Amino acid sequence: MNKYLTVIKIITFMLLMAPLALMVWDGVHNNLTADPIEELLHRTGIWALRLLLLTLAMSPLKTMTGQIVFIRLRRMLGLFTFFYASLHLTIYVWLDLGLDWSHFLEDVVKRPYITVGMLAWLLMVPMAITSNRFMLKKLGKNWKKIHRMIYLVLILACFHFIWLVKSDITEPLTYSGIGLIWLLFRVIEYRGKRTQNI
Amino acid sequence: MKFKNTHKDYQVTDESIYHSRRKLLKAGLLGSAGLLSSAAFGLKLPKHKVNGKFKIDEITSEKDATTYNNFYEFSLSKSGPSEEAHTLITEPWTVDISGLCENKGKMDLNKLIMKFPIEERIYRMRCVEAWSMVIPWMGFKLADLIKFCKPLSSAKYVYFETLYDPKQMPNQKGRSIPWPYREGLRMDEAMNELTLMVVGMYGKKIPNQNGAPLRLIVPWKYGFKGIKSIVKIKFVDQQPVNSWQAIAPDEYGFYANVNPEVDHPRWSQATERRITGGFSLFNSRIKTQMFNGYGDYVSDMYKGMDLRKFF
Repeated sequence: MNKYLTVIKIITFMLLMAPLALMVWDGVHNNLTADPIEELLHRTGIWALRLLLLTLAMSPLKTMTGQIVFIRLRRMLGLFTFFYASLHLTIYVWLDLGLDWSHFLEDVVKRPYITVGMLAWLLMVPMAITSNRFMLKKLGKNWKKIHRMIYLVLILACFHFIWLVKSDITEPLTYSGIGLIWLLFRVIEYRGKRTQNI
Repeated sequence: MKFKNTHKDYQVTDESIYHSRRKLLKAGLLGSAGLLSSAAFGLKLPKHKVNGKFKIDEITSEKDATTYNNFYEFSLSKSGPSEEAHTLITEPWTVDISGLCENKGKMDLNKLIMKFPIEERIYRMRCVEAWSMVIPWMGFKLADLIKFCKPLSSAKYVYFETLYDPKQMPNQKGRSIPWPYREGLRMDEAMNELTLMVVGMYGKKIPNQNGAPLRLIVPWKYGFKGIKSIVKIKFVDQQPVNSWQAIAPDEYGFYANVNPEVDHPRWSQATERRITGGFSLFNSRIKTQMFNGYGDYVSDMYKGMDLRKFF
């Protein structure tokens, strides 16, 4: 297993870099639609959400298959989620707003979809910082508490998407639906464990 | 509608037009030297001239303006309409003129456009989604059409409808918005000299994805007021409910004048991303102008109106 794990991790890493590589490629070839900033915002945002859902899928997948490999990949997926979310935020503040901080603050305060998006990113920061083995050991039980915030991040991210769409909310609702399934799975699993303990 | 547009047409200016242009230049109405002598609309070519009063230097590339569109009848994505709109049949095309006017009935578009002078004008186009373009449109003044229709004094608004035909407009099978798309203007807005009925852009027949064969352009309003592929024009005495107002009345109004001070409830309208073509990844936002910069032509119409209330 360990022998293959490194290979699996390298392949996963490369796959997770692919969306970014494609953005760079399309950027260089001026192939990011007429409104490239909007396109990059959308692509980084949607990948952050997809990877968030994928990260959350790891625990249920492990339960279903008994394969520990899913848990071994979880940290990398989580960090890539944070990476794409950070790109998303950077593009918005730097390329879109041109580092106009007063405009940024006004957006965060006045626009609910930006407020929740910003909050989602902020909640991910402590998770990213404490994602390494050292912090895991150091924090003990508190580590789990910090990383359970991912469900809050998921809810905020879904609202961020739903609230920004102009009319047709099919796409954000589809992602939210998948998120809801993982959330339910987690709740059921948690209750199951508690009954076992009794 | 058949268009013939060769490079030659652009360069050769016949003598009579040349002289009339000199006159207009003297009158200060026309400033541009790029006088277009023909674009083939139908068999006989109505000559169309460039109205130099509406000249803007940096124009959006034709590629961007024809591949980045909101046209929900075909697709909800921006690139979708340019890929899907080929199913629209624009020839022949009839426009049904009805309501409170003397001259009503179904009119063939080819015949209709022969009646009015065609002009090219470069307008700014500001989308409610906070991006903008600069596009050379070709069309006739809606005012000319309205005069031809002879509205009754009871006609206070003009109502427009887009074609409803899910076979030609496949996304009308979905229920993303209630079809057909509807728009309206107050009579003075419709009669304003800026208001154009557009049949061409970039010196050519207007592509399907941009609203062929006939669309409205009201440059001081958000882009969604510019209803596309118009089949119905009706003179009415009540303010019509336009589609976006029907969908979300708290977010989109009847007037929809470009106004940097009145934000969309969910995003700011103070700035916009100008789409110019070329490499624009590092172009930061520009300030949005009141009435999209056309205040001199239109602000009088809204004197005494609370534009926060009538957004």
